[in-house]
Amino acid sequence: MSLDASIRLTLGPLDLDMDLTVEEGEVVALLGPNGAGKTTLLRAIAGLVPFRSGHVRLDGKVLEDPATRQYVPTERRPIGFVFQDYLLFPHLTVQENVAFGLHARGVPRQVADERATRWLDRVGLKGYARARPAELSGGQRQRVALARALAPDPRLLLLDEPLAALDATTRAEVRRDLKRHLESFEGIRLVVTHDPLEAVALADRLVVMENGHLVQTGTAGDVTEHPRSQYVADLVGVNLLRGEAGDGSVKLTSGQVVAAAGAESGDVFVVVHPRAVSVHRTHPEGSPRNVWSGRASSIELMGNRVRVRIDAAIPLVAEVTPAALKELNIVEGGEVWLSFKATDVGVYPA
Amino acid sequence: MRREGVPIIVVLPAAIGAAFFIVPLVGLIVRSPWGDALTALSAPETLEALKLSLIASLSATAVAVVLGVPLAWVYARVAFPGRALLRALTTLPMVLPPVVGGIALLLAFGRRGLLGAWLASTFGITFPFTTVGVVMAETFVAMPFLILTVEAGLRSMDRRYEEAARALGASRWRVFIRVTLPLIGPSLFAGAVLCWARALGEFGATITFAGNFPGVTQTMPLAVYLLLESNQEASFILSLVLLLVSLVVLVGLKDRWLGFGST
Amino acid sequence: MRNPLVLIVVAVVLAACGSTSSSATPLSGNVSVFAAASLTAAFNALGTDFQGANSGVTMKFNFAGTPTLVTQIEQGAPADVFASADSANKNKLKGDGFTAGTPKVFARNKLEIVVAPGNPNGITGLADLAKPGVIYITEAPTVPAGKYALQALKLAGVTVTPKSLEADVKSVVSKIELGEADAGIVYKTDVTAAGSKVSGVPIPDADNVVATYPIVAVKATTNAAAADAFIAYVLSALGQAKLQSFGFLSAS
Repeated sequence: MSLDASIRLTLGPLDLDMDLTVEEGEVVALLGPNGAGKTTLLRAIAGLVPFRSGHVRLDGKVLEDPATRQYVPTERRPIGFVFQDYLLFPHLTVQENVAFGLHARGVPRQVADERATRWLDRVGLKGYARARPAELSGGQRQRVALARALAPDPRLLLLDEPLAALDATTRAEVRRDLKRHLESFEGIRLVVTHDPLEAVALADRLVVMENGHLVQTGTAGDVTEHPRSQYVADLVGVNLLRGEAGDGSVKLTSGQVVAAAGAESGDVFVVVHPRAVSVHRTHPEGSPRNVWSGRASSIELMGNRVRVRIDAAIPLVAEVTPAALKELNIVEGGEVWLSFKATDVGVYPA
Repeated sequence: MRREGVPIIVVLPAAIGAAFFIVPLVGLIVRSPWGDALTALSAPETLEALKLSLIASLSATAVAVVLGVPLAWVYARVAFPGRALLRALTTLPMVLPPVVGGIALLLAFGRRGLLGAWLASTFGITFPFTTVGVVMAETFVAMPFLILTVEAGLRSMDRRYEEAARALGASRWRVFIRVTLPLIGPSLFAGAVLCWARALGEFGATITFAGNFPGVTQTMPLAVYLLLESNQEASFILSLVLLLVSLVVLVGLKDRWLGFGST
Repeated sequence: MRNPLVLIVVAVVLAACGSTSSSATPLSGNVSVFAAASLTAAFNALGTDFQGANSGVTMKFNFAGTPTLVTQIEQGAPADVFASADSANKNKLKGDGFTAGTPKVFARNKLEIVVAPGNPNGITGLADLAKPGVIYITEAPTVPAGKYALQALKLAGVTVTPKSLEADVKSVVSKIELGEADAGIVYKTDVTAAGSKVSGVPIPDADNVVATYPIVAVKATTNAAAADAFIAYVLSALGQAKLQSFGFLSAS
């Protein structure tokens, strides 16, 4: 029982080529920057966007396959779709919205209304049955959208940036509720998001996409500890380098050599946490093998830490305390030296 | 804080433009013999013309809705070769002199017309000199208004609502009836009202295609035209009635008449 | 004895003055003639002839149902000459004070039944208009032709309901030409004017109505000289001959 999708299409500047499998029981988050093709992939799975080649199979049944000209129209797929803007029908009441899918599938009126009412209860909107979407807050509308998608008991639940339209405070609270509902849902769940926090909070497995292609997939832990693209590295907030490993050091693609304990052989990624990068005003003495000179190009205060971006032979981000910054008199544009230990570096195959 | 006034370069032409429309209406009001108004309005020929006008214009609007909405849908949603040409053809009656429209209808549906001849010889059906002919003439000139307005409404609505409905399992028909139509409701309403107002005032195509006979084909505009020759003042009063009806309709539509804006 | 040369010169000059047209200066400018629809072909021809003889004059014609012309003139439309299809309309215009000078009858017309070429429905007289299956149309009773048609039918003792009351004779003829209607009552001149596109069925004199056409100058004319000249031309032998060539009866 699973979703098996393989989609190849071109839509404007986007060239999408993705293979995706989602098993029953796991929540998968499609994570990636804007323009990566995540929403397009979701819509293709729903049957709203035609694709050139590939297939969409749900529980073994083919929903779409251009090669054999098979196409099950969207309205006959057992799916529930929560759109980014919710798209609640403005001319219907909340109750009518939630019951819409049931009426559409031929559920007798009374049964449909009962189920709709129960769902409104479940999402905590009892008493709002007669309200219009325009009268609700963002968080409330999100819940109606979810109830509406779930009421017809779909096999596959697709959520497109479910929290993006909410402000920060509402988002946290709604995220908790959403996680709860996702957990109690028995079908296959696929969430699209550009927010890593959301992805990590809601999903068991992350699928990272960039420019229409798969970049990496794994559990939250896997992905954050072993980023395989600049995008993920930026999300997580670590420095990511790549090169050829050989006997305790890695020759980067830029030509620089980084001393890395545990680097044996092959094409590898090198992760250096900003915490591990020390900043000096002069050439440091001592054990660290990795020392470069550079210029502090930008300084960002983040809570009780400071992130210093350093333009060096290897551009890196260092994390220091505000006190250290002041003491060392590090300013933007100023000359600095950076260092990190070979043992403070993560290496893993690319 | 000083509010900016409207520049004179805008006010002057606008005022002249407004006067161009207001003065004739005022002229009609001032010149109408109000004392005889009631007699003129309650004369049997007037009532007959009024009744016929209402029946015919409402029927024409109904036909326009039934045929025009699907046409508007096709124009807004389906790309096909020749669409621009077809759309131009069905909009033509808006710019064609109505009499020309009447002649065209005769050549198509008259007793010797392209289709009319066949209908007459096979089924014995003729349209000239009948109330159905009046409805046809009015539909011909008024339907483009409805098509244009509804098409604009369909183009400006957010089509993702239709996707949302499909994702919920709604068949295409259900999507149209339960989602699309309600969302373009205002445009449809405005289009229908404009269509009705145009049909109500139609003269040239009616008299040419359907003819003029009290109770059958003599609508209000035709009655006014002929009254102009025999009882001028009565014709002023009837003209005023027609003008005021149209005015009320248009004022009622307010700024919705362009058909933009779903809820 | 006075110089006989002077006398001769004076006589010649006087004779010359007498033989030119009524004013010493040639006619010029526009002449707007508002004429009944049934006069269309005839007056267009008269206008061409008159223009030919008076190169400075431009004839402008406005043909419509006579009552419409009366309304237009009374509402201020610029007309110089008014040619009516009956006396009633001329009297109305005169009574309302819009005419100048004495109206004169310049032509008469008789009614005729107009049918499709070859008379496919076999209409032989007014009684056949009531035959089942025959689509009969006529002018609205406010138009002189319409009024006369009703009179003729009454004289013949025929009752028939028309399918349409058209605004003028030309519309009736058009619909017969187009094949939309089978028969109508118009003037003899209208049947003549339509040539081979229609056929005519005469109405016996006993049932027929003679329409008299008066012509008169409009009071508000801006070109009295030319207006009067045109009226005189219409009434002249040349004008009368032209009218009769179109099927009109003589003025008396």
